[in-house]
Amino acid sequence: MIRLDSLTKVFDTPKGAVVAADHIDMEVPEGEICVLLGPSGCGKTTTLKMINRIVKPTAGKVFINGEDTTGLDTQTLRRNIGYVIQQIGLFPNMTIEENITIVPKLLGWDKAKYKARAREMMAMIALEPDAFLKRFPSELSGGQQQRIGVARALAADPPVMLMDEPFGAIDPINRAVIQDEFLKMQQELNKTIMFVSHDIDEAIKMGNRVAVFREGKLVQYSTPDDLLAAPKNAFVESFLGEDRALKRLNLVKVREIVTDEIGTVLPSDTLETALAKIDDYGYQNAILMVNERKQPAGIISRSVARTTKGYCRDHFQAVPAVVDLDDDLRKAASLMFAHDQTWLPCVNQEGTVCGQITQRAMTSHLGARYRARQGDDRKPSAAIKE
Amino acid sequence: MPIRSIKGALKVLVLVAIFFAGVWSQSSGVIDEFLWYLPDVQYLMVQHIWLTVMSGSLAILFAIPLGIVLSRPKMANVAESLMQVLNVGTTIPTLAVLALSMSFLGIGTVPAVFGLFVATLLPITRNTYTGLKGVNPALMEAAAGIGMSPMQRLFKVELPNALYVIFAGMRTALTINVGTVPLAFLIGAGGLGELIFTGIDLYDPVMMLSGAIPTALLAIVVDALIAVIAFLVVPRGVNPGRT
Repeated sequence: MIRLDSLTKVFDTPKGAVVAADHIDMEVPEGEICVLLGPSGCGKTTTLKMINRIVKPTAGKVFINGEDTTGLDTQTLRRNIGYVIQQIGLFPNMTIEENITIVPKLLGWDKAKYKARAREMMAMIALEPDAFLKRFPSELSGGQQQRIGVARALAADPPVMLMDEPFGAIDPINRAVIQDEFLKMQQELNKTIMFVSHDIDEAIKMGNRVAVFREGKLVQYSTPDDLLAAPKNAFVESFLGEDRALKRLNLVKVREIVTDEIGTVLPSDTLETALAKIDDYGYQNAILMVNERKQPAGIISRSVARTTKGYCRDHFQAVPAVVDLDDDLRKAASLMFAHDQTWLPCVNQEGTVCGQITQRAMTSHLGARYRARQGDDRKPSAAIKE
Repeated sequence: MPIRSIKGALKVLVLVAIFFAGVWSQSSGVIDEFLWYLPDVQYLMVQHIWLTVMSGSLAILFAIPLGIVLSRPKMANVAESLMQVLNVGTTIPTLAVLALSMSFLGIGTVPAVFGLFVATLLPITRNTYTGLKGVNPALMEAAAGIGMSPMQRLFKVELPNALYVIFAGMRTALTINVGTVPLAFLIGAGGLGELIFTGIDLYDPVMMLSGAIPTALLAIVVDALIAVIAFLVVPRGVNPGRT
């Protein structure tokens, strides 16, 4: 757990005092990732760096796991906080192994223990220990270097990690891969992490919570979904972008809005039965045909059912797309748009049909929070205070 | 193909020229004249090397700590102006420095070592300073952020990463030092300058060359020696010679 208690930084510049962080109060519960988000110069990096005293706070306190860190000596404090920076900062004069084991060595671990730890860390970041441990940072790609940077920060198993735009310098494709790997690691490690980013998409993807900063002040601190659904003011709204409703698609799983009810026909049914079912269920264009194991096998279109006679098995079209219950709405929407569909059948892990997802359901789910918030606005001050 | 054959022809030509130069020098007795100076060269070379080693190692021992101290953040205010003073110091010709040190310390080895020490000091200090200042700030932040003490940062991160630049400074400084030692003869410290200056005065080219050629060779050897040490000492990851 990290708790900031009116943490303040005032820089004395020739033009006068500049308040880089103004009485920041916030708490990151144990095992969560908190993303500090905002435009450059908003105080997010200053706030992060005050936690490990790279920037010395002007006032305020930092608590880690309930303990006030003010009394701790700087080196001890830092050795117990993992630190990852955008420029990676691997030491080019040391091998990968020496880089990873540097904090354990500073903490006085014995040789066998930190050597074993280095191999363990390499396994965790999915790099072959024998191939990499004896190499030097300059021999690695940017993505590999930042993986090592993360491994170095985690080597001494600190309870808390600070990450300053850790994936900012990596190309988009590798960034997505590393973000996914990191989230997977975090599920096992359960560290309390503060993460600076200026990328709203990264914040939504990585954060359990997002803290939006502006001009040294903490403007909004909430879960990504709350942030996108109910931005507190015009600044947050504009920072999140016009397409913030679309960004929420990433956060909602198909499972949450799937309707269990779906009419299906079997290959052995006649087209008349199919037409009747289409009308019964009120479907506009088509109905899904499933095989005996309830797996999607094809679709029968209304026009075919109306004009032709025979069995479904002879007159079906291929299923354009299906979504998995664990897919997010972004994928579902993308498939709908790509195949010009207003609904898609949903399948579970075994591949059997268990419902459908419609464009209506998606829009009404995304709109619900927004409508609720507009309701709030009519009762003044309710949304602002909290 | 034609280029290759031209190169080949040139090589042959050079070899032939060397051969005839050898024949000529043997037949005209120049080689014997040079050999006549051999005992002098041996004796003076030891003196020469000793002057270089004394002044050079004193300069290294003094310049590197000075560079380190100047590069500390606390010294930032004074460092640049002090470096400027040192820069102005180098513009003073070595001969003038030797003359000045002679007027304070008399003649002999001591003023010569002092003069050479002053002349060698600057390139090493400057390279130590710029080398340390040039260490990537991201490394410094990472080193601080993971909890290294200032001393650990200096010895584990800053110095290893600046070492190549520091060695480059030592290489320049000591090579210049070897080439400057002959001037020390002028204030009575001996060295190969004795043959060079006496040769000039007596209009005896063989005598002059038997001082000048070993001096030049010595400079090349010192340069190569420090290059080898740098190659061996600078950590592999930051050593352009070893990738």
